[in-house]
This record gives sequence, structure tokens and C-alpha cells, in this order.
Amino acid sequence: MRRSRYFIGAALALLTGGMANSALAQSEIKIGEINSYSLLPAFTEPYRKGWQLALEEVNAAGGINGKKLVVISKDDGGKPADAQTAANELVSSEGVAMLAGTFLSNIGLAVSDFANQKKVFFLAAEPLTDAITWSKGNRYTFRLRPSNYMQAAMLVEAAAKLPAKRWATIAPNYEYGQSAVAVFKKLMSEKRPDIQWVDEQWPPQGKIDAGPVVQAVAAANPEAILNVTFGADLVKLVREGNTRGLFKNRAVVSFLTGEPEYLDPLKDETPEGWIVTGYPWYSIKSPEHDKFLKAYQAKYNDYPRLGSIVGYQTIKSAAAILTKAGSTDPEKLIAAAEGLSVGSPFGEITFRKIDHQSTLGAFVGKTALKDGKGVMVESSYKKGSDYLPSDAEVEKLRLKQ
Amino acid sequence: MAFYVVQFLTGLASAASLFLVASGLSIIFGVTRIVNFAHGAFYMLGAYIAFTLTEQFSGALGFWGGIVVAAAIVALAGVLVEIVLLRRIYHSPELFQLLATFGLTLMVEDLVVLIWGPDDLLGRRAPGFKGAIDFFGQNIPSYDLFLIVLGPVVLAILWLLFQRTRWGILVRAATQDRDMVAALGVNQKWLFTSVFAVGVFLAALGGALQIPRDAVHHAMDLRVIVEVFVVVVIGGLGSIVGAFVAAVLVSELNAFGILIFPKISIILVFLVMAVVLIIRPWGLFGKAEAPARRTPGLTVNPWRPLTSGERLAALAALAVAAALPLVGGNYALTVGAEIAIFVIFAASLHFLMSVGGLASFGHAAYFGLGAYGVAFLAKMAGLPMILCLLLGPLLGCVGAAVFGFFAVQLSGVYFAMLTLAFAQIVWSIAFQWVAVTGGDNGILGLWPESWAASPSHFYWLSLGIAAASVIALRIAIFSPFGYALRATRDSLLRSEAVGIDAKRIQWTAFVIAGTVAGVAGALFAYLKGSVFPDNLGISLSVDALVMVLLGGVETVSGPVIGAIVYKALNIWLVSQTDLSKLVLGAFIVVIVVVFPKGIVGMLEAFTQRRRPSSAKSSLVTSPIESAE
Amino acid sequence: MSNASPLLSVERLTKSYGGIHAVRGVSFELRSGEILALIGPNGAGKSTCFDMLNGQNTPDTGRIRLLGEDTTGKKPREVWRLGVGRTFQITATFPTMTVRENVQVALISHGHQLFNLWGSASGFATAEAGRLLDLVGMGSYADRACGELAYGDLKRLELAVALANQPKLLLMDEPTAGMAPRERIDLMRLTARIAREQSIGVLFTEHDMDVVFEHADRVLVLNRGTLIAEGSPQEVRGNPQVQAVYLGEGLVYDERHRKGASA
Repeated sequence: MRRSRYFIGAALALLTGGMANSALAQSEIKIGEINSYSLLPAFTEPYRKGWQLALEEVNAAGGINGKKLVVISKDDGGKPADAQTAANELVSSEGVAMLAGTFLSNIGLAVSDFANQKKVFFLAAEPLTDAITWSKGNRYTFRLRPSNYMQAAMLVEAAAKLPAKRWATIAPNYEYGQSAVAVFKKLMSEKRPDIQWVDEQWPPQGKIDAGPVVQAVAAANPEAILNVTFGADLVKLVREGNTRGLFKNRAVVSFLTGEPEYLDPLKDETPEGWIVTGYPWYSIKSPEHDKFLKAYQAKYNDYPRLGSIVGYQTIKSAAAILTKAGSTDPEKLIAAAEGLSVGSPFGEITFRKIDHQSTLGAFVGKTALKDGKGVMVESSYKKGSDYLPSDAEVEKLRLKQ
Repeated sequence: MAFYVVQFLTGLASAASLFLVASGLSIIFGVTRIVNFAHGAFYMLGAYIAFTLTEQFSGALGFWGGIVVAAAIVALAGVLVEIVLLRRIYHSPELFQLLATFGLTLMVEDLVVLIWGPDDLLGRRAPGFKGAIDFFGQNIPSYDLFLIVLGPVVLAILWLLFQRTRWGILVRAATQDRDMVAALGVNQKWLFTSVFAVGVFLAALGGALQIPRDAVHHAMDLRVIVEVFVVVVIGGLGSIVGAFVAAVLVSELNAFGILIFPKISIILVFLVMAVVLIIRPWGLFGKAEAPARRTPGLTVNPWRPLTSGERLAALAALAVAAALPLVGGNYALTVGAEIAIFVIFAASLHFLMSVGGLASFGHAAYFGLGAYGVAFLAKMAGLPMILCLLLGPLLGCVGAAVFGFFAVQLSGVYFAMLTLAFAQIVWSIAFQWVAVTGGDNGILGLWPESWAASPSHFYWLSLGIAAASVIALRIAIFSPFGYALRATRDSLLRSEAVGIDAKRIQWTAFVIAGTVAGVAGALFAYLKGSVFPDNLGISLSVDALVMVLLGGVETVSGPVIGAIVYKALNIWLVSQTDLSKLVLGAFIVVIVVVFPKGIVGMLEAFTQRRRPSSAKSSLVTSPIESAE
Repeated sequence: MSNASPLLSVERLTKSYGGIHAVRGVSFELRSGEILALIGPNGAGKSTCFDMLNGQNTPDTGRIRLLGEDTTGKKPREVWRLGVGRTFQITATFPTMTVRENVQVALISHGHQLFNLWGSASGFATAEAGRLLDLVGMGSYADRACGELAYGDLKRLELAVALANQPKLLLMDEPTAGMAPRERIDLMRLTARIAREQSIGVLFTEHDMDVVFEHADRVLVLNRGTLIAEGSPQEVRGNPQVQAVYLGEGLVYDERHRKGASA
């Protein structure tokens, strides 16, 4: 008897799931949005605020060709498998016109693969992995944020000018860290064949034992250090490094550290003079950014993080794509998106036809301390289009389906 | 030379923080036999509360006072948890406390974000310990020196507490023999409560002391808990000295290991644990556990196969489930397939855990190996789907055969921890060996062939394999082998005395369970079209444990119900709210307290209570109304 | 002793734990069909001796032969395969299984079906299981959960389990401990009858001297790990050394005591 009970229960549960399969309201266009809200709230909260602002603006301006834009947002808990379940629900039950979002590279890839399989348009917001547009790229997937390669190229440009010849690397031991180091090394060695890589440290992501790592790097006596750690690992590394004098008289080049998400927690312990990529919202002087900043601060009474920009621009770009396509047919969306130029708080960006990467750039500058807080100074905006390999190379990297 | 001294001292400082937390866990386990999963949550709470207090009150007193007060506040919270929650479930089946504390952990993770916000918090540096001391040109943070001194001091205090106070003597006695202490007329309840409070205090202190060197954030608990488990097991459960030595061992190996193999940290503690457990099955300072006392809650209701009526009902239920594609949409079908896959997974763990009495904390390893098996076969060998489905699980089988051989030499918590270590080793390989496994980014593009591609076809495939797996496992449970396996679980002494080679029986069960888990993993790979290291991860192993415990560890059908309820709820919650952990955790805690025998166990108790007279009289005359 | 090779022969068995000699140079023999009691005060080494006989424990030195085969250091399950059934001082059964299933497990093992994953175990050798249970008077309890049996019933069940492999030798560690006097007599009579009928050798330890003197063919007395006396019940009863040991223990087995309840 017991069995019947649970099978009926299961059937009921599934049925109700099926009934959520509501008819597509004709007056609405839905975007299915997925991100790691519960796992990475520090990054995804500002991101959510960003896209909510964009959504408000899009609808205030008349929506998509007169239809209201709706975003249905799901949490993936940081698990690729759950992200796919969410993607499936959004596509099958909610009938969304496109998928958007994701932060972690593996989740971005999982959703991208899902999109390719189910023939759904996917606008990846934040994942950094180069694979999503190149080696595992597919025609249904576009990506907004500057990739690992682009950020590395931006940093290399500055790093190559340093006199340092002996370099050490510290990176979290997983695909992101490994590929960031690999790209940086490759590009750097091309520009500066004279440099030596004297040490590499691979602490486990999220579990750095910073003391020994700092000691080990110091023992190799490098002239410059490349850092790829972020979040809580970065905090520990910086604290140990400051106390032990690791960064004294050494150049440090660091991925993402200038993003408020990672810089702000360092407070008065922010190390000075690191060359970083990031988002100095306080010093950007452009009408597009001013407009965004004002609207954001008015709505949330808070300053934007990089996630806010990404979230904002994701929905803005999606709206532009939907408007141009005039349809929710994925093929038409692809056609509309390829080569599409849209405005952004950082200026106009283009979704490249060749690899579906947007040309959104990043700011490169130096870290500094101001009023007990970390800031980016001497920063300049680097256009994404200037830091991508040649089309011939991209074609080699991007496997043709 | 100076460098090596400093590296050694740095290792000692890491060891001190690890030791504080580990000693608390060890004390709690030693006396109450609770594997306190929430220990990491208390550690994290200690850090958060200390952060708030030290921001609030300035000066040296504000800082050090804040640290101690924070630990005390968390200890009070621990007392509350013990009285309100754990006291109700000491007599529940083994590992139920683990489930409860796991639920608690989930809740705390969401609660700290609600209270303190999502951002990483940077605590104050310790007054007087901000700088570094120069040692022959090397810098040693003075706070490290403070921690290096603190570790042995705490060890000494604990030692005095246990050797020189009546309370300590009682605790030691209880560690050796709980029942004896109860017989001495000691109020066991308050002894347990006080031990729990001390353990939690140490955890919270460990967390609070991290604020000058770490960021306070909502994932701190997971970062520390597994490592602490490992340290406690290496040292020997219940041994404070063992925890200290193990913490030093692990930290020093890490400090020096990264000089030679920079990538070793991720796997190191697990390697050490596996080696220690294989050589010294009870840890460095642990003593052989007395032959496991029977769990008080163990049911006396013998299992029996389904009656023909029940079989018909099950068949009817299966038919109803098979009719889902007639009414459900694609999403419902995919969710249905996922649930079916988890039914297989839970049933495979149940076979090992309930039938064999071997609770594995690393069962996801074999699920994941099955998935990776499929991925390798499909992607590298280009085999057709049907062959991949058949052969992929063999990787799980091989993994289970190798790891199971070592694991079944142990029992109880040590078995659980060795399986965990193996699973983590496999996970680390999948995570790091990017060239072969794709690392974190996984292996993509594993979609089913056209015959199984449509959601309804894949659902039927999954449902069919799930039904076949559950039936096959049931047949095995009621086969001569199943009897032998249950015999080894019930009494090793008796089973050896009737000619049963318990280790071989358990090893076989391990391989069977691993293979079936591999089947689930293989299907899962096709369901998701991809494989990720997540598929081998701790959280998946814990999910499986929760499913079995939720359904009722002492029942035959428990895992099926448990998997359906847990998975459906999980998917639904994740879809509905960002606070799914809070709700799910609360749900688990409530289930544990209200239905300590699990859902199916409760239903059984219910049906028995409804027929008290017939149940009594039937004892002698007719086949008894029994569990399942 | 007869000249025919004995069922069990034990030669100079020794076992010590950290300098304490639990068993010192114990030697004895046991013939088929013979009922031999091993007695001695608490801590005399009876259980250690027993554990060595069925492989639960390994002797430091000495030799154990079963039907001429050297079984020293063999594992319990190997000893069992040679035809040795054993009951424990504190009963060891499978509490979550029914009484019949308990016996069936032993029969499955005896029939080399332990790795049979397909058959139905509940249908395995039900007749034989029933016969064994009837033999010990547990037939009507066959479907009861073992975990809810009274202690005396558990002892009888253990006997049935121990008989499942048609043993040549039964090792019974305090078979009647915790039973009511009436039950003790019944159980030992039953054991004796089975032993004689099937010509099984029985070695048992016992605290209850009534049981010992009524049922044992021969008695071995162990004190501080050494055999101090051996002989028929009458001989042992009259042995002053034995009396001294037992008086020292505060246990008297004179006529007065025999009338009272023995414990």
C-alpha cells in the first residue's frame, strides 16, 4: 500500500508542476534569469538590483515593441545541475523567450549547453571562462562580461611595462584560476620573453591557508606577483601578505580586485599600488554612467557594484535584442543579436558576430587607500574590442558546429 | 633555515585554530556520540557575533571581551539547541542527530545572510597583535605567535578540566561507557548538555579568533567543517590530544607540502586520513570501539517482502507514474526523471546503510563515477548511448570495489569518514585534472540519442530503470545474501560464528551499492547532458543520507519515499525562493523531531497503533504485522 | 581417555594480556558424545579458553586439534565450517530478524548460499529451520521478532542456531545463565539428549553447580588460568583444592545450597 501512496504523491507533485505551464500571456515577453543568489549573495544582490532597474526603465519606455517585459528569476544554488533544472522550468513551464544570467563559469557552461541542446537563446551575464564563447561556444549563447582572456590581456598590457622579471602566481586551484594563469603567462611571455616564472601557488578555492602560501611565495623571492584569488580568499591573502610584508617592494597584478565587491571588504587593509581590473564607479566621468549612477542611487540609496552594471546591462541588451528581432523565435534572436550595438553605462558595446562576445570592457587602474577605504586610482577604461585576438585566431578557437 | 622555522610556526598557527574547533567536536562526539554537523555553523556564528561585538566595543577589552562573550553567547545557543532539539532525538536511530544538525546548518547559512547581509566582513585586527616580528629576515605575524601559544594552553586547560574535576572524570567515564555513567546515578541529561556547551564554546571561540585574519562570511562553516571532521578522525574520536596532534600534523604537512606540490592542499587532509585509517583504523590516539552497542531505537519489527496485494498496489502506482506524460508538461517530466534517478541513488545507499548497517558519507563518489564513466565512453570512445548506460556504471563498480575493500575493514563513524575521504579524493581528481575531466567546467554535450531525447521517453527510461533497480535491490534484500548482510549488521559476533565472512559480504554489498549508484549517475549525466565534479561532491552524498533517513532508515521502502519527498521539495523550494536552505533546514529539523523514524517508519507505527489488538495476538499465531 | 582419536584435543594453551596470564598451559581432551563442563570462579579464564577454541581469540602458545585437524589460530567462521557450534555467555542473535530467519541465516551459510542474490531467503530450508526450532521447543515462536524474546528463549534459539550446521562439537558458554531454574534443567536435558543422539561432543561453562553435576560426564576446574582438577562430578566435588577455591569465592555447593535457589 505504501508504494501506491508515494507514487500518487509523486504524480500529484509532478502534475502541479505541469500545471504551472500556464499559457503564454500575449501581452508579455518573458526572460528567464538564473543566478547563484543563495550561494553568492555578495555578488548577485547588486546584480539583481541592476537588472531590476533596467527592467523598470525598459518598461517605462514602452516595453518591447509595446509588450511588457517580465523577468522570471531563479536561484541555482551554485550547482550546475540545479541551474539546468531551473533553465528547464523556465523554458518548458514558463515559456520564456530567452535565458539570461549565471555567474560561475561551470554554471554558465551548463546552461549554455542546455540552450544549445534545446535551441534556446542564452545571454550569459557574468561567467568568465573563455570556453563559453570559444572552445565550447555555440550559436545560441552570447556573453556580456569581458572574458578571462580579455581581462588578462588588459592586465598584461600594464604588467609588461613593469621592470620585474621574476614572477610568481597565486591562483585558486580550479578551472578559472588555472586558465587565468595560463592566459596571463602566455600573453606575458609573448610580450616579455625575458621573464621567469619562479613560483606558483594553487590554494584550494575558498579554503586558502594563507600563511604558508604567503611564506612560500616570499621564499621564492619574486619581483612581481600575479594574483587570481578573490572573495574571502583574497581577504586572507591580503591580510597575511600585509602582515608578513609580502607586497613590500613587489609589484602585484591582480584579476578583478578593483571590483567593489572584492575591494570594499578590504577596508583599511587594502594594499596600495596593485594593478587591477575593476569598476571605479566614483571616478567615471561620462554622461552614460552618470545617468545610470543617479538612477541606481535614487532607487536603492546604495552605490553600484560591478554586478549592478552586469545585471543592468544584461537586461538592457536582452531588451535591445528582443526589440530588434521583433519575435521570440530563437533564430531571429540570434540574427538580431549578432553584430548588435547597444548603449551601456560604459559606452556603446557590440555583440560580435564571430564569437558572440560583447565588447564590454573593464577599467584597469591601481589600488589606493582613501579615507580608510580601498579605491582604484589612475584608472582608464579598456574597450573590450581592443583585447580580443584576431578573427583568424578566434575562428580557430571556436569550434564550428 | 629561518624560512623553514617560520613555515613551521605558520603551520602551528593554522593548527591552533583547527584544534580549537576539532577539540570541541571530539568532546561532543566522545560523550554523546553525536556527529555534530552544525559544529561549523557554530564556528561561523562565533565569528559573526564576535565581529558585531568587536565593532561595537572599542579597545583591547572590547576586542578580547567581545571574542569571549561571542563564544559564550554561541555556547548558550548551543545549550538551547541541545535541550530543545537533541535531547528529543538521542534515542532515535543512529545518524539521525547528524540529520538534525545538518538541517540546523542549512538554516544558519541563510540566517547569517539575513542578519548580517551578504557581503564579506572584515573584522578588526587584534589589539597588540597587529604587526609582525622579524625573525632572521622573515616576518612572523604576532597574532600567529599568540595562536601558537593559545593552542597548547587550551589543550592544557582541557586536560586539567578532564583530569582534575569531577565533571571531567564523569565526561571521561561517559566517553568510555555511557551506560555505566547513567548507572552511577549521574544526571546524564545535564552532563550531555554541559559537554555540548563546552564543545560549542570551543567551536565559537575558534571562529571568533579568526576575525583578525579571515573574512567573516556565510560559507565559513562548510570551509571548516569537513576539515575538522577529518582532523578529529585522524586523531581518534573523543581524544583531545589526538585532535591536537592531528591538527598539527595536517597543518604542517600542508605548510611544507605546498612547497613541493603547490596543488596538494585540496587533497592533502583526505589523503592523510585515508592512510591513517587504513593503518590505524581508530585514528592515531583513538581506541578500538567496543563492539557497537545496539542502537536503542533499532526496531524489532522484522522486514518482510510485499504481500501480493501490496505488489499489485505498487504495480498500479507504477502504472500511474508511467501515465504522467499524458498530463504533465516537459518540465514535470524532467523533474519526474530526476526524482526517479534519485530514487535509484537513495535506494543504493539504503542497501549499504540500512541493510548493511554501513553509513557511507561519500556515496556520491560512485554516482559521480558512473556519470563520468558515461562521459568518457560517450565523448572519448564515442560509444552509443545504450552501451554507455550499460558500461558507464562499471566505473562506479570499480571505484566501489577498490575503495570498498578498505572501507569495510572499518565500521561506524570511521567507515563513514573513510568513505568521505575517498569521495573527496575522487572529487579532487575530477576538479583538478582539467585535461581529462574538464575540471570545474565539466564535460558537456552528453545529450541522449534521439530515441530517448524527448522528455517523455527519457522519463519512461528513468522510471523503468528506477523500478527495475528498486525491485532488484528488494530481491537482493530478501535473498540469502540479503539475510547474510542483515546478519552482519545485527551481530558481527553471531554472523562470524555461523560461518559468515562479514567483510566479504559487506564488500560485496558495497560494490552492489556503488554499481547501482553508478547507474543513477549514468542516467543523471544524460538527463543533464553534462557531468560536473559536483556530481561527486559532499553535498550530494549528504543529500542521499538525508533521503534515506527521511524515508526511514529502518524500513525497506524508506529510501523511495525519502527520495521523492526530499527531491521534489528541494526542486520546488529552489525554484520558489532564494531562502530554500532555511526552509529545507527547518523542514528537516521538524521531521527529525516529529517523525524520528522517518516518514515510512512513522506510517508503519501509525498502522500498527491503529490495530493494537490484532498486532498483539498475531505475535504468536500468525505472521506478525511488521515493518514493511 | 580412550585410544580413539578424540574429537577435540587441547594442548598447553596459554594466553596472557599485558603480563596477566589469563590461561596457562591448559590441556584436555573431549570425545564425541561426551559432555564436559568447564568450571571455575569468575576470572578463572573460562571465557578466554572458550574464545580460543572457536577462534574468537588466538592463543599465545599451545595447540587445538579438532578431529585431528589443527585449528589453532583459525577464524571463527573457519572453525564453524569444521563443525563447531557455539553459544555465547551474552546471547548473540540477529535482533531485527524473526526467530526462523535467525536459524535460516545459519542454514544458508551451511548450504553455501551466502552469495545467492536471487533466491528467496524466507523460503530457504524452512522445513529444516522448523525442525531445529521444534527440537529446542521454539517452533511456535518461529515468526516472532528475535528482539522481543525473553532471555531464556534467546538461549534456546542460540542452541537451535548452533545446531544448524550439524556440528560435531558444541561450545556453550554459560548456556543457562539468566534462566529460571526450571528452564535450566529443561535446556540441559535437551542438550544432553541431542548430544547423545547425534553423538555431539559438548563443552560448557557454568556457574550453576546443579547443572554441572547433573549433566556433565566430566568436569574441568580452572582457577587463575590453570587447570586445578579434572574428573567425574563426584571426584571434583570431593577435591579439597576445588572446595577451597570455591569457598574463597563465597560460593558453596553443599547440600544446603542445592536446596535453595542457585544463582
